[in-house]
Amino acid sequence: MTGMEKNRWPPGDLVIWIFIMAELLVFGVFFTAYAFTRAHNVELFDTYQLTLDRNAALINTLALITSSYFVVRAVADIRADDSRGCFRWLLAALGMGLLFLVVKGLEYKHHFSLGIDLSTNTFYMFYLSLTFFHFLHVVLGMVILLAVALKARKGGYSAAEHTGVETGASYWHMVDLVWMILFPLVYVMR
Amino acid sequence: MKYKSQKVAKLYFIAAIGLFVGQILFGLIIGAQYIWGDFLFPEIPFNVARMVHTNLLIVWLLFGFMGAAYYLVPEEAETDLVMPWLANLMFWIFLTAGAATILGYLLVPYAQLAELTKNELLPTMGREFLEQPTITKIGIVIVALSFLANIGLTILKGRKTVINLVLLMGMTGLAVFFLFAFYNPVNVVLDKYYWWWVVHLWVEGVWELILGSILAFILIKTTGVDREVIEKWLYVIIAMVLITGIIGTGHHYYWIGTPAFWQWWGSIFSAMEPIPFFMMTVFAFNMVNKRRRNHPNKAAVLWALGTAVMAFLGAGVWGFLHTLSPVNYYTHGTQITAAHGHMAFYGAYVMIVLAMISYAMPMLRGREAANSTKSQVLEMWGFWLMTISIVFITLFLTGAGILQVYLQRFADNPMPFMVVQEKIQLFYALREIAGFIFLSGLLIYIVSFFVGSKEPEATIEGEVVPT
Repeated sequence: MTGMEKNRWPPGDLVIWIFIMAELLVFGVFFTAYAFTRAHNVELFDTYQLTLDRNAALINTLALITSSYFVVRAVADIRADDSRGCFRWLLAALGMGLLFLVVKGLEYKHHFSLGIDLSTNTFYMFYLSLTFFHFLHVVLGMVILLAVALKARKGGYSAAEHTGVETGASYWHMVDLVWMILFPLVYVMR
Repeated sequence: MKYKSQKVAKLYFIAAIGLFVGQILFGLIIGAQYIWGDFLFPEIPFNVARMVHTNLLIVWLLFGFMGAAYYLVPEEAETDLVMPWLANLMFWIFLTAGAATILGYLLVPYAQLAELTKNELLPTMGREFLEQPTITKIGIVIVALSFLANIGLTILKGRKTVINLVLLMGMTGLAVFFLFAFYNPVNVVLDKYYWWWVVHLWVEGVWELILGSILAFILIKTTGVDREVIEKWLYVIIAMVLITGIIGTGHHYYWIGTPAFWQWWGSIFSAMEPIPFFMMTVFAFNMVNKRRRNHPNKAAVLWALGTAVMAFLGAGVWGFLHTLSPVNYYTHGTQITAAHGHMAFYGAYVMIVLAMISYAMPMLRGREAANSTKSQVLEMWGFWLMTISIVFITLFLTGAGILQVYLQRFADNPMPFMVVQEKIQLFYALREIAGFIFLSGLLIYIVSFFVGSKEPEATIEGEVVPT
């Protein structure tokens, strides 16, 4: 992990951090709304929580954590001036992102086949909304990582200038972080 | 002025200011009708005056946006407009159609106007803000398409800057969403649902892109801060606008018969709509503080900063006040909405158009960069009078709204609408006074174009740029 010492703060572009904070605020409000609504409907939430596939969500949790690790390795590589390594780690992270999308897609397929939608009940409204907004963030995060990866492959970053890699990595970690709260909150906590 | 074709902007700006005066006069009429219900009845009934007030606002802002684009696009693209003649032609078509429509509102009963204009062939009339006869709506589409072709081709031909692309995106969205004005289903829920695609997705969506790009342009020009820095801000601001604003449409879907999840989606996302406005405020002040040079056009900088602050207050804070569905349950359709509407439109869209006019007009009228100090001082008087009076109009309407909500909907023994209207008369009277001060500010603003034109331009000699 050479190159990790000379950390600049904040990593990446300052503007992405403003964006990240705004995103976290939106999710934060959504989580708070979930918590308060659940407190008034504990039985309903507990009943329908059991219909969710916790194993699938666990796989997705591992997929995102692993992808975040890969992204860290990508940043480490570019700090050591290794563009090829950076590109490969980003590709691996993208693979994990894709795994997440596939697993989540299968979960949705299952729910939709049962005719569940936003109007079924309050729990499903929250479940579908929260996971779908997060799903869109995974897609956006992957677009960003892909753009960074393609630039890295062309040698667009170096040990001296790799703000773009850090910017993409920061955003991806945010996507991961939101899931780390969403998973226990919606799937596990009773 | 670097390109000859930028000159067409001048016509648009003059028309915008002229119609602005008309809008304010009709505002004063309806303000008076709130106090004396039969004022000017039956010549100008309330519903007609209100229609003229709101329609004129939209039309003059569109003139302002188009003028701004015709000035800004060539300069950004570093090439002349491809079809300046078309811009001139469309100006006259739009002005004639607009004037004819307003006269139609005033001279014949609305139902007769619908008959005269053959509304039955493609019925689109009779909906708030979209009252225009179908033929006018078709005219608007033609004007919008010609306008888009003109600036689009100019941008394609020349340098493609972020500002130009964001502006083009906003203007294209404006045209596209207007098409929903032609969709007029029998089902009232569907009608309202898509009606908001014009109304909300304009002012809380694509218009904000137009606002952001014009503001960014003025800031680049007046501060000399690197384009790169300004563009990055613009990216984040428009991303936040779209993320919060599009789903934020849901805050209009609480009580119209749409599914209940909109209460959550609408509340949460629209509660975030102040964020991009707050970013704009931080952005504008940051750029001015980091300026590389002083600009002799102090008035333009004042308008730019003013719009950033007032848009945040009017659209952001006053919007947030009644956006959450449990709050809106009580405040829906009260004077709280009117308070928000006044400050938001003034802060976000009136001020950005006036900022652009302030920046561009001196050059369009042959100055190097700015008007004389005398003219600018008067313009800034206009700025403060209009801005302070809109703050008071907003505060009075907010007071009226709070009282109205309480007496009519919240108190143990709720009172009927008209009884409550009597009780909040005082606020309406105060609002009308503030309205007259607004008019005086507007008149002073207009006078500023005609004073000091023989005096030398304001300069920045002897001023120090803070480092």
